[in-house]
Amino acid sequence: MKKIYANATEALDGLLRDDMLIAAGGFGLCGIPELLLEAIKDSGVKNLTFASNNAGVDDFGIGILLQTGQVSKMMSSYVGENDEFMRQYLSGELEIEFNPQGTLAERMRAGGCGIPGFYTKTGVGTQVAEGKEHKDFNGETYIMEEGIFADLSIVKAWKADETGNCIFRKTARNFNPPAAMCGKVCVMEVEEIVPVGTLDPDHIHLPGIYVHRLIQGEHEKRIEQRTVRQKEGA
Amino acid sequence: MPWDRNQMAERAAQELEDGMYVNLGIGIPTLVANYVGDKDITLQSENGMLGMGPFPFEGEEDPDLINAGKQTITEMDRTAYFDSAQSFGMIRGGKIAAAILGAMEVAENGDLANWMIPGKLVKGMGGAMDLVAGVGRVIVVMDHTNKHGVSKLLKECTLPLTGAGVVDRIITNLGVLDVVEGGLKIVETAPDVSEDDLRAATEATLV
Repeated sequence: MKKIYANATEALDGLLRDDMLIAAGGFGLCGIPELLLEAIKDSGVKNLTFASNNAGVDDFGIGILLQTGQVSKMMSSYVGENDEFMRQYLSGELEIEFNPQGTLAERMRAGGCGIPGFYTKTGVGTQVAEGKEHKDFNGETYIMEEGIFADLSIVKAWKADETGNCIFRKTARNFNPPAAMCGKVCVMEVEEIVPVGTLDPDHIHLPGIYVHRLIQGEHEKRIEQRTVRQKEGA
Repeated sequence: MPWDRNQMAERAAQELEDGMYVNLGIGIPTLVANYVGDKDITLQSENGMLGMGPFPFEGEEDPDLINAGKQTITEMDRTAYFDSAQSFGMIRGGKIAAAILGAMEVAENGDLANWMIPGKLVKGMGGAMDLVAGVGRVIVVMDHTNKHGVSKLLKECTLPLTGAGVVDRIITNLGVLDVVEGGLKIVETAPDVSEDDLRAATEATLV
């Protein structure tokens, strides 16, 4: 059971094809699998559908695959920071399915847990509910949402051991665990691979059972909105 | 004198009680954090954090630590991190006591519209639909009228909804109103704003 690969291209070897559904972790540019996205761009696969909370910015994150025209559909909750995305969306080249953020996260989690559908009150009475099954529980109305079963998951963690047990850092965890869980195959990139036994078993955020292939690499980790405060008296 | 942005935020902070876990939206709601005083309030950021601290000092920004507006922030002693599914689990599950958020329109039955304008660029609802459907109390902070002087408190929303019948209380520059049976009820008015002033600026039924 060798999970460690030399780089992103090798880790994705044999997994990529046109028309596939890829679940990607990250929130904004925080905790995105930047190395794997770069390798997907280089592979040239196209007509991809991404389940991902956001679509990156023009030159980083999923944005780099929009520039090359490799994405045909996004399942996202918010896509505001990307000019090329908006151009393709308005011209009809790109389809978007807006999901409430928590519904998207739960759809991934559910898919990873073998749950094909679940009921939520999020979106009841809104456009999101149109065409979906409604059902009342204890006098309240809920809509059915479907689990996401992705062909491939691409995620980013902070540290993993050689078996893929991993930990995330701060808010870079975000969509990475649910995205990792919902794919038939999950490829993870980390900042550091450590020997088994190094991580405290009680502190593992995502067990290695969800991680099939693993790479270590240098990450740019770009900041989208740099906000600071002044020191007192400064 | 109607309230300004900071005074609206200060008034909204009075809604918060010691021990509450609260989610603040973008804009004026973010300013509410400046007015909680000695109250023990834990702020949730829906990208996966409880115990959100202030912006970092220059040079201390961490790309792994942002809020739901993608701004760099800091952690506190009490901070806990979790993934997006758990974050919205606690929102949907009613564990968050209150959300304070902005709006484009609120209707007298508590309908809320704040995510899209047909014909204009649609960027997505983010976590707003989950928040308004799930949290214990939804408090809207917004200007009473739009820039053309038209009431934003309506009999019915004209824009696509973020949530149906979800709003509990509205704090505007003119006063505070509650969503009650049959319409909106004036709770208080801003200093030197009369109930007649507020009525004149409101399309929704006032009871």
